[in-house]
Amino acid sequence: MGALLRTVIRRDLLLAWRRRADIATVVLFFVIVVSLFPLGVGPEPNLLRTIAPGIIWVAALLACMLSLQHMFASDHSDGALDQMLLAAAPLGLIVIARALAHWLIAGLPLVILSPVLAIQFNLPPELSPVLTLSLLLGTPILTLIGAIGAALTLGLRGGGMLLALLVLPLYVPVLILGAGAVDAASAGLGAEAHLLLLAAQLVVTATFAPWAISAALRIAAE
Amino acid sequence: MTQPVLLAGGVNVFKYAAPQTFYPLAGKLIPWFSWIAAALCAVGLYISFFVAPTDHQQGESYRIIFIHVPAAWMSMFIYVVMAFWAGVGLTFNTRLSHMMVSALAPTGALFTFVALWTGALWGKPTWGAWWVWDARLTSELVLLFLYFGFMALQAGIDDPRRADRAGAVLALVGVVNVPIIYFSVKWWNTLHQGASVSVTSAPTMATTMLTGMLVMALAAWMYAIAAALHRVRSIILEREHGSEWIRNYAGSQP
Repeated sequence: MGALLRTVIRRDLLLAWRRRADIATVVLFFVIVVSLFPLGVGPEPNLLRTIAPGIIWVAALLACMLSLQHMFASDHSDGALDQMLLAAAPLGLIVIARALAHWLIAGLPLVILSPVLAIQFNLPPELSPVLTLSLLLGTPILTLIGAIGAALTLGLRGGGMLLALLVLPLYVPVLILGAGAVDAASAGLGAEAHLLLLAAQLVVTATFAPWAISAALRIAAE
Repeated sequence: MTQPVLLAGGVNVFKYAAPQTFYPLAGKLIPWFSWIAAALCAVGLYISFFVAPTDHQQGESYRIIFIHVPAAWMSMFIYVVMAFWAGVGLTFNTRLSHMMVSALAPTGALFTFVALWTGALWGKPTWGAWWVWDARLTSELVLLFLYFGFMALQAGIDDPRRADRAGAVLALVGVVNVPIIYFSVKWWNTLHQGASVSVTSAPTMATTMLTGMLVMALAAWMYAIAAALHRVRSIILEREHGSEWIRNYAGSQP
């Protein structure tokens, strides 16, 4: 089981490393979207500080969505996906490994970048770790739920827009809890409740999403 | 197939799981549900406008609840029914269940839209705003997005079999998420504004008001069934237009 996880993750990471530009695109998209907001709403520091968690979170949602389109697409077109479906190893396990790899490629960079963007928005230093932690707990949920959508829309025309339509409403709780954690911390209420609920949602999603992703992949490959 | 389940009258339930036996049955049922819906709607609207008293706080504007509340109930209920048929369709691989899910989605979206629209009409005189980021309003809006997502997915897939099954997975994922969305939105709202505006106007309501609302809810129910049956018949015709039974059926009709 461990060997399988390692093999699949290493394969995905290697493929991603050979197409480094794709990772850079997602990260740049994230930074650019976040940087556009001050230009739109004005450079007033207090306002920016208030809206920073929400903006960074929404940008993370969109960046994650952008990267999800490619999650299964190339494997679907070159037949590697069919091999995975036919493999003796349980599909759910392969799916977990692939989601983990996708998160390492597309989710983790956003988490690591978030303190830098927090500085851009003048977020107080004590709130920056809360934002990072909320993203650390929340971005894997985005990957897992998004993977269901990516599998359902595999190979469809207009797949990207369709994916956004399917997945964004399901991201609402993650957005609320993630951005809410920072708001609660800045209001002096403590972010524990939000972060614990986010962690709970991560556990539930990680348990059930692989089933849905596997089912969706089987339907798409039929 | 397991042992056939027999109803009291000796009717085989599974017989109607086949589109060609369900099609004529639905055709016979549609007028019944339509007429009952029309009659209940007439009675309900009469009670709503002429029998139910004026509310002492909200005046006449409260009368929107006779449409608003049944629509909101149906919007949520239909999504659950869709998820149920989606589950049945995935488990037993019955085509008709999937067709039912597709047939219900537009009706559900319609009721969600009506609930939001009438809510806005009520909110303007009562709250002074067309739209408030109240927990219920927001989760209803997300529900509308879920309906749209489902319909967009089915419209985006050309192969009907894949569209059915992909839609079923989405409906099931959605129904698991609806409570999570509802509670997160509720929590988000209570965190931001202390005194939240509540949709329930009064703790108790006059019996005639309640009667009017329940009659309208039943009317909405009957309409939803009639509309779904009508749509399922169209879907059956569309999917099976080449098959022999449809040619025979069309030949036998005057």
